[in-house]
Amino acid sequence: MTAAVSPSAAALREEFGEAVERVVVSCGDTIVYVTLGREHDVLAWLKATPGQEFNYLTDVTAVDYRDPEIPLEVVWQLRSLGRKADLRVKTSLGGAAQLEVRSVYDLWKGADWLEREVYDMFGIRFAGHPDLRRILMWETYAEGYPLRKSFPLRGHFSRAEQTRQALAANPEAHYSLEELSIAEAYGELPKDVQERLSRGERGEVR
Amino acid sequence: MGLNNPATANERDTTSVVSMESPNWVTTRLDFLSNWARSNSLWPMPFGTACCAIEYMATAASRFDIARFGMERQSFSPRQADVFICAGRVPFKLAPVMRRIWDQMPQPKWCISMGACASTGNVFDNYTIVQGIDTIIPVDVYVPGCPPRPEGLIYGIQLLQKKIQGETFTDPMLREEQPLGPSKLFLPPARIDELSEPFGNSVHQTRSSS
Repeated sequence: MTAAVSPSAAALREEFGEAVERVVVSCGDTIVYVTLGREHDVLAWLKATPGQEFNYLTDVTAVDYRDPEIPLEVVWQLRSLGRKADLRVKTSLGGAAQLEVRSVYDLWKGADWLEREVYDMFGIRFAGHPDLRRILMWETYAEGYPLRKSFPLRGHFSRAEQTRQALAANPEAHYSLEELSIAEAYGELPKDVQERLSRGERGEVR
Repeated sequence: MGLNNPATANERDTTSVVSMESPNWVTTRLDFLSNWARSNSLWPMPFGTACCAIEYMATAASRFDIARFGMERQSFSPRQADVFICAGRVPFKLAPVMRRIWDQMPQPKWCISMGACASTGNVFDNYTIVQGIDTIIPVDVYVPGCPPRPEGLIYGIQLLQKKIQGETFTDPMLREEQPLGPSKLFLPPARIDELSEPFGNSVHQTRSSS
């Protein structure tokens, strides 16, 4: 199969120079590796520039390699709905000490839950995300980040401890008021319910 | 039996004769009567979380029709239910919800664990899945299968009916609520670890993946 490099890769090289570390074609998909710190500029440029117009963020995810020497990678999968073209952008993080990239929530609103999932599963923080909480695991989950390669399949804790923590959870406290759809009726709730809801995970009453 | 005039009835068939003058009445044991009534009017509370729920729906629908066993009314409110049917795998995130629903059901109540996931965790021996709902709530009948066919669930229901028919008022343990104590655990930790131990192919997996 002849691997056709996406023309966006050459355009990125021209615009950003050294910030584009390398370009790889894998299974027909072009992958652009970007220097950490420039990823938001590159993604913003790809979205806004005429001729690129990657207006749809298909996915945000991350990769943890089994080799502990290789740092975690964050992956953005982009799609131009008008041009029917795809592009994958990757950034290598700077080891365990540096697990933060800039959020792209300001570019694509759909990044909200995708970035929360990456944070939940890999522990990568997204600077500028409006509401960075766990999304799949419950918010008091204390065992770590399940999709890390260092995470044991059955979790860190014993089954009894996992069961104890699960049963001790108060699920109602983990929803914000608008998730419970009673935010507007808050004033009419009984005092004890008001008090309990105000101690939700977000720690504030809206 | 008929309501014949005793004077004209066959003399050898006196037991089947009910007097026209007396009211109709029967004697029976109270246990038998209440168990008969309860076992034949069970209201299920379906707690369907996965593919077992599809088989449960098939069981409830016209072809298999558990209305034949008095389960006409699917109770989607725990407060008007008798049988908790857990159909599908239960993640730890759902465990407190399930426990709350069980606590909300009034006595007398029973529980059917439908399928391998609800009973043991099945192949999902990982960090999210409860390894058998009996670590959270008491279970009366386990239905094996992945998922069980409707015949299997009906057999489980009939086993539960049989169990109910053997109950007695004099058993003090029978209606005892078992609320979670300050430990927040339904079973002692050692029992939970024992019940959750890997089995089958799972034993070849190491605890650590790296």
